[in-house]
Amino acid sequence: MFSRQRLDDIPGTIVFTGDRCRRGYALNQMCMSLMRAENRARFKADEPAYLDDWALTAEQRKAVLDRDYAAMLSLGGNIFYVLKLAFTDGRSTQSVAASLAGQSQEEYAAMMLAGGRPPQRPIAA
Amino acid sequence: MARITAGIGSSHVPAIGAALDNGRAGEPLWKPIFDGYAWVRQWMQDEANRPDVVVLVYNDHASNFSMDVVPTFAIGCAERFDPADEGWGPRPVPPVLGHPELAWHITESLIGEEFDLTIVNRLDVDHGLTVPLSLMFGQLSQWPVKVIPLAVNVIQYPPPSGLRCWKLGEAIARAVASFPEDLKVQVWGTGGMSHQLSGERAGLINKDWDKRFLDALSADSDWLKALSHREYIVEAGSEGIELIMWLVMRGALPARVRELNRFYHVPASNTAVGHIVLEPGR
Repeated sequence: MFSRQRLDDIPGTIVFTGDRCRRGYALNQMCMSLMRAENRARFKADEPAYLDDWALTAEQRKAVLDRDYAAMLSLGGNIFYVLKLAFTDGRSTQSVAASLAGQSQEEYAAMMLAGGRPPQRPIAA
Repeated sequence: MARITAGIGSSHVPAIGAALDNGRAGEPLWKPIFDGYAWVRQWMQDEANRPDVVVLVYNDHASNFSMDVVPTFAIGCAERFDPADEGWGPRPVPPVLGHPELAWHITESLIGEEFDLTIVNRLDVDHGLTVPLSLMFGQLSQWPVKVIPLAVNVIQYPPPSGLRCWKLGEAIARAVASFPEDLKVQVWGTGGMSHQLSGERAGLINKDWDKRFLDALSADSDWLKALSHREYIVEAGSEGIELIMWLVMRGALPARVRELNRFYHVPASNTAVGHIVLEPGR
């Protein structure tokens, strides 16, 4: 019989489960819409008006306008979707990853060149 | 009859494609990576090694599919697949030509034995598929192989288990073996190796675990088949789960395989780069 594995106790790690999908659906689809050049242009011209077309919560809307990626992820955003917003701003994946880890991009890039971050593991139950 | 002549594993880091496309492949950050694939590029020059068709197992990164529909396994049956616009314009690489006859044969064979794939007739392919082609063949005006894209969901939980991916590979091998045309077919598993893009663990790299995974491809099938989602995430990072796609490739090969070449490098942007070439053992 199926039994769900525990995935919520891995330190510093977000696993994109069904409950996150439900919470973040509109946020993620809004980000996905930025794949089209005409939508990027409309978004850049008037971000609040663009967001009016999407059923975002007030918190999600604020996180987008503030470019608070950690907040977006905690509110159901998926990393591959919110990255579309970063690309619209001309930001790289690495700069977003660095900010999510609480590091400057310079610190983060140096860490990667030195072999990356060792895995921190869950505390055994 | 068609036959599977080799299996290849490779990372598909988007920044590698960007480095190549923007003429930065010779820079110190990127040169070791392209040098690491020199062996396979040379090997592919030999017509005896170059396949007619690649079944290319990859994942779409919210480029063609969105959260509207999330297929667990999707097979591309079209004549042609265009490079996706991932937010900064499509990669300047040739269109990817499919092999609809073999793709439909695999589809019919797999669904006939209760492996229920999603059939896709229009598919734009993102870096997950085109970066491995660039690494294996370099910059060309047309790809020298036909490609059957096989997209696996590794973004929305739950993705399929590693064991299910392995069994998919076994089913693909049976399908290929029953295709009447004399074709050389390779199966490529892409993605990985250890990496994590979000959370405080972003930047995770686990060289020891990656090496164990590469070793196990020829030496320890039981360990690979038993790996759980949790183990992938803990040890290889949240995006390290992509490595389940390598098990489709491994499952398509016989129990005994011979490792022809291997390359491992840290980092490409956020990711450990891994690459392996396996052929059926004798």
